Amino acid sequence: MKTDIILCGVGGQGIISISAVLGIAALEENMHIKQSEIHGMSQRGGSVQSHVRISSNPVASDLIPLANAGLILSVEPMEALRYLPWLSPGGWIVSNNQPFLNIPDYPPVESLMQEYKSRKNAVLINADEIASRCGSAKASNMVMLGAASRFIHLKPESLMHGLEKLFAQKGSSVIDLNLKAFDAGRQASVAL
Amino acid sequence: MEKMLLLGDEAIAQGALDAGISGMYAYPGTPSTEIMEYVQACGSGVHALWSANEKTAMEEALGMSYAGKRAMVAMKHVGLNVAADPFMNAAITGVNGGLVIVAADDPSMHSSQNEQDSRYYGKFAQIPVFEPSSQQEAYDMTRDAFDLSEKYGVPVLIRITTRLAHSRSQVESRTPLPQRSLHLPEEPLQFVLLPALARKRYKRLLALQKEFMESSEHSPYNLSILKTGGKTGVIACGTGWNYLNEWFPDGDYPGPVLKLSQYPLPVKQIQRMFDQSASILVLEDGYPLVEEMLNGIFPVNKHIKGRLDGTLPRDGELTPDLVASALGFPVNEAYHIPSVVVPRPPSLCNGCSHADLYLALDEVMKEFGKGKVFSDIGCYTLGALPPYNAIYSCVDMGASVTMAKGAADAGMTPSVCVIGDSTFTHSGMTGLLDAVIENTPVTVIISDNSATAMTGGQKSHATDRLVEICKGLGVSPDHIVTLVPLRKNHQENVRILRKEILFEGPSVVIFQRECIQTSARRHKKN
Ligand SMILES: Cc1ncc(C[n+]2csc(CCOP(=O)(O)OP(=O)(O)O)c2C)c(N)n1
Repeated sequence: MKTDIILCGVGGQGIISISAVLGIAALEENMHIKQSEIHGMSQRGGSVQSHVRISSNPVASDLIPLANAGLILSVEPMEALRYLPWLSPGGWIVSNNQPFLNIPDYPPVESLMQEYKSRKNAVLINADEIASRCGSAKASNMVMLGAASRFIHLKPESLMHGLEKLFAQKGSSVIDLNLKAFDAGRQASVAL
Repeated sequence: MEKMLLLGDEAIAQGALDAGISGMYAYPGTPSTEIMEYVQACGSGVHALWSANEKTAMEEALGMSYAGKRAMVAMKHVGLNVAADPFMNAAITGVNGGLVIVAADDPSMHSSQNEQDSRYYGKFAQIPVFEPSSQQEAYDMTRDAFDLSEKYGVPVLIRITTRLAHSRSQVESRTPLPQRSLHLPEEPLQFVLLPALARKRYKRLLALQKEFMESSEHSPYNLSILKTGGKTGVIACGTGWNYLNEWFPDGDYPGPVLKLSQYPLPVKQIQRMFDQSASILVLEDGYPLVEEMLNGIFPVNKHIKGRLDGTLPRDGELTPDLVASALGFPVNEAYHIPSVVVPRPPSLCNGCSHADLYLALDEVMKEFGKGKVFSDIGCYTLGALPPYNAIYSCVDMGASVTMAKGAADAGMTPSVCVIGDSTFTHSGMTGLLDAVIENTPVTVIISDNSATAMTGGQKSHATDRLVEICKGLGVSPDHIVTLVPLRKNHQENVRILRKEILFEGPSVVIFQRECIQTSARRHKKN
C-alpha cells in the first residue's frame, strides 16, 4: 500500500505543518516514509512544494517520479496546477479554491476554475471560509488535510492523533480548533 | 531504540550528539542550517553557537579537537570556500579529538550561487569522504566518521546534497557515547606547520592514503553486487543509489552494481565490476567526479556513461526521472502544466525594511545613472529584481564592499554597496578596512535587520555592534550614520543618504529596523 503526495502552496501557508502531521501519523502506523521539503526564508511568498511518500514497503527515492503521485494536495488553486506533471493518470487534486494574490500577473480566477472544470478527479473547497467558521482562517491548512484524508492510506484517527501531537505545546484550544478544521474539511470533501 | 523521523541534517546532528561531541560550529547556510539548529535544540552540555563565518567555525572546531574533544563543523558548499584554508591545513596538522566536517551541496542551485561539488575538496585535502544515501546512513556515518577521524588522526568530510539534507525519514539511533575529557596532543608540535615540520606531517598524510583506500574497500557503505550478464554496470553514488532502487527495488538490477558512499574510490571493487561490465553508467549528484576518474585522460575501451557523454545532463541535480531515462525507461508525463499558470518567485515580505531602503536608494541613484550599486547575499538580494532594480552584483559574502572599492579605484563615482548586517560581520569588515586605509570614496550601506533573515532569522553577530565596529575599523564617526527605514522617514533618509554618497571618502550608512519575521516571532513568544 502506498501514497505518493505532492504537497504545495505558497511559502508561509502552512504546508510544513501538513507534512509534519502526515509524518507523525505514518510513523504511528509503522509505515515507511520519506518527505522532501523546502526550507529557508528564500521561499517566502514564493511557490513551495514537498514530496511525501508513504508506503508499507521501504521508500527508495526522496522525490516522486513524474506521473506517479496519486494526490496533489494544495492550499492554493494555481499552485496545484503547477505540479500536474507529477500527477498519475487518474490521480486526484484536492485544493483550496482561494487564490493567494501576491504577484502582479496572477491569472483571472475564472480561467483557473475552467481548468478544474475540465478535470474529473478534482476536489475544490473554500478552505479559508471553512476554517474561519471553525474559529480561525489560519487553520485552513488542516481543513485541506482533512479534505484530502480520504485519498491517503492512513487512518483519519492517526492523522488526528498526529495533529494533536504537533500542536501539543500550543494548548488545547489550538488543538481543538485544528481538529475541528480537519473534520470540517473531511466532511466538505465527502459531501462533494 | 525508538525510531525518529529526522531530516538528513538532523540525522547528522543526532549522530554527532550520540558520538559525544563537545562542540558544534557553523555559520548558517541552506541546506546545512538545520544541523546546528538541531544541536542547539537537543544537545544539552554541547557548545553550539553560531560563528562569524565558516572559517572561524572551522578553526574553532579544530581548536576543540586540539584540546582532545570531539567537534563538528557544518556549512553549505560555498562556505567551504571561505573555510578552505583551515580545511586544507587541518588535513596536514591532523586532529586530536575527532573532527568531522559537513559540507551541504546544492545541485540545481535551489538557494545558492553555484552547484560546486564538495567531494573535490575531500580529494584535494586527501581525506576520507562519506556520502550518505539515506537519513539512516547519515546517522550511522556520522558516528563512524568520528571513529575514523580518531583512528587515523585526520579530519573526515561528510558530503550531502539538498535532497538528503531536507528530506525526512525514519532513523534508529545507537547507544550514545559520553563526551571526551580534555587532553592535549601527545606530539607537542603536531599543529605547528613550519615548513620543516609541515613536510613531515604531509608525508604522514600521504602514507595514510593506502589505509584510507583499504577502509573504502571494506566499508559497509560501499556495496558490490556483482550479478553477471554482461549488462551495463552501474556505479551509484550517494542518493544516486535511491534512484536506481526506485526503478529496481530489492536490488534486482540485472547487471553489476556498486553502491558508492565512501571515498577515496575503492579501486579494487571498481576493477571487479569493470571486468564484468560491457559499459558503465555512473549516477552521481553534482559534478562528474567519478566519471572523470574512470575516463582518465585517454578514452578507455569501455563506454562510460554519465554526465560527460550526455546520458545525464551535465548540470542540475539527479531526479528519479533523469535516472529512469538513463536506464532506458520511458518517462511519460500524463498531464502538462496549463498555460494559465505563471511563475511565483520569492519576494520581500510586506513591510520589509530592505524595501524602504531600496525606495530611498533608488531615488538618490536616479541622478547618478544605473549600474553603480554593488550588493551581496541575503534577503536584500531581491533588490536586483523589479520593482527595485537597485543593485548590480551578488557574488560571494562580503564582495559588495570590496568590489565597490575596486570600482572606485577604477574611477567610478559614486561607488556604493548594499550589504546585510550578518554578511557584513561574516566578510564585509575587512574590505571596509581596505577602504579606510586608502580613504577610498565608497559608501557602504548596511541594511541592518538585526537577523540572519535569509536562512531563517538566526542571531546576527552584528546586532548592536555595527557603529562600534565601523569606528574601530577607522571610519570617521562623522560619516557613520544610522537611519530608520520607514515610509515616514523617506525624505529625510534620501537627503542624508545623498549627502554621504557625495562625500569623497569612506562612509557607512546603517539602515536599522528589525526583520518583520523575527520581530513577529518575538512578539508571539512574549
Ligand atoms: C559563504 C556563504 N555562507 C553562507 C551563505 C548563506 N547565506 C546567504 S545569505 C545569508 C544571510 C544573510 O544575512 P544578512 O546579511 O543579515 O541579510 P538578511 O538575509 O538578513 O537580509 C546566508 C547565511 C552563503 N551564501 N555563502
